[in-house]
Amino acid sequence: MAYGPHTPEDRSAMLEAIGVASVDELFADIPAALRASALKLPPPESEAELAGRLHHLAGRNRVDLVSFLGAGAYRHYVPAVVDQLLLRGEFYTAYTPYQPEISQGTLQTIYEYQSMMGELTGMDVVSASHYDGATATAEGALMTCRATRRERVLVSRGVHPHYRQTLCTYFAGADFVADEIPLLAEGPASGTTDLAALERMLADPERPVAGVVVANPSFLGLLEPMAKVADLAHAAGALFVAVVEPVSLAVLASPATYGADIACGEGQPLGIPLAYGGPYLGILACREPLVRQIPGRLVGMTTDVDGKRAFVMTLRAREQDIRREKASSNICTNQALCALAASIYLGAIGPHGLRDVAALGAARAVELERALAEAGAPRVHRGPYLNEFAVRVPDAPEVHRRLLARGVLAGLALAAVEPDDPSLADALLVCATEVTTPDEIEVFAWTLRDEIERGRQLSLPSLGEGAR
Amino acid sequence: MAQDLRYTKEHEWVRVEGDLATVGITDYAAQQLGDIVFVELPEIGRRLTQFGTVGVIESVKAVSDLFAPISGEVVESNSELAGSPELVNGDPFGKGWMLRVRIADRSQLDALLDQAAYEELTREA
Repeated sequence: MAYGPHTPEDRSAMLEAIGVASVDELFADIPAALRASALKLPPPESEAELAGRLHHLAGRNRVDLVSFLGAGAYRHYVPAVVDQLLLRGEFYTAYTPYQPEISQGTLQTIYEYQSMMGELTGMDVVSASHYDGATATAEGALMTCRATRRERVLVSRGVHPHYRQTLCTYFAGADFVADEIPLLAEGPASGTTDLAALERMLADPERPVAGVVVANPSFLGLLEPMAKVADLAHAAGALFVAVVEPVSLAVLASPATYGADIACGEGQPLGIPLAYGGPYLGILACREPLVRQIPGRLVGMTTDVDGKRAFVMTLRAREQDIRREKASSNICTNQALCALAASIYLGAIGPHGLRDVAALGAARAVELERALAEAGAPRVHRGPYLNEFAVRVPDAPEVHRRLLARGVLAGLALAAVEPDDPSLADALLVCATEVTTPDEIEVFAWTLRDEIERGRQLSLPSLGEGAR
Repeated sequence: MAQDLRYTKEHEWVRVEGDLATVGITDYAAQQLGDIVFVELPEIGRRLTQFGTVGVIESVKAVSDLFAPISGEVVESNSELAGSPELVNGDPFGKGWMLRVRIADRSQLDALLDQAAYEELTREA
């Protein structure tokens, strides 16, 4: 089969076959005012000129920052082997096969990805992947509505605010409702999901709950009482959706052990670069009884007519190319290249390597906490965290801005994403991973101490006023 | 095809025994669908409305809705089909039965096709 573009001869032959004079004639239905016109582009440049122009543009990116930003995407070291294998032509530019069984290699890589995620999460079924953690979470929530035939989902405010917004977007089309479970405001467990509130919300007989969604670690970095949430949810006939971070699963309990029915999360930490926000990798997994509710592709292993091992796309009838409006989702693809990156990364570092990555990050985070507390920025909450936590800094958004000007990305100013929570108005969400160095921590702490001190000086009444 | 059955235009069959109706799909439907791999049936106690969608029949190549031939309450569903959906292909009128419904309104049977009418329908197709 020739893969070259159509020649003018090909085009004339096709036009003649259908009795049309030109390709433009096929678009005659579109009103002239709406038809595409010539694009206003600058004149073409040589490859050298264009490369220079792009190089100049790239120079405006800040890649020099000492970064403590997490909040859903995390800095990790990606071994060279990941990129080297991804660049292979069979992977890099191959599109999703629509006669999938022809591409046994592609299916096998997806199967390996599913298997590894199955090991990490402990769940029976793993989909071939979704766009990102937010959409995977939204799909997980929709699964609970379909499976229980109920219309209400409870989502903890400890779930990433972007994930909650995405979930609401998905729900807006259907007649489903997502209510937020508040976080505890005080006490040793402040910042975690309020279990008493959850129990009350589950008890409403008029509005039965389909699913409960809680993240571990939470957006604020805290560890949540997942097993208790599972019990409460199940007692009320609801399903439990756990939002998880894959590297943390090397050291934290897996969703299967604490009773999750569905697990979802962001796979970016597994060998995928930050890349200014994407492309990322949506992980979605569930227990066996929910296999017909899980959206997206599933790759299965079977034998062919000669008895040899073969990989297939299985349970296709769940998907919208067969079932249209009754399909479980509109997704008809997966993040194959990102899933492959995750598989290569996990294969390269192995389970012990992954545990080291998680443990090192946690150790660095403890050092970071100490250093920041000494610099005048103590933790906001008291509960256990893994490698991310919030610290209190007077006038946090302003301090964040000034630190950025001095080359330190001081995490995330929480006021920006949680404007409705006054307890987070003066908080920074900071994160350490295995790539965070003691030098970086020192620079952050020193610069922060300096800015906090400067802020204090600026807010003192001037000598002139005091003396009057 | 057995003679004591009534049929819907969507190829469900109904066998009435007292106030209960046993429901399945015909061999014609099973053949059209191909190898059946999964049958989703309504739960016990669910109230069905005549000609409403009550379940799903999935084959290797297509997914088809299951329609209720008659209104009533589901009193039994064929649990064998979960592990052996191929029973629908092999014995659609016998072991491949799907539901047992307590009939709410017997007069609804008049809206269904009899043997001759159903044969006519499948002949035309």
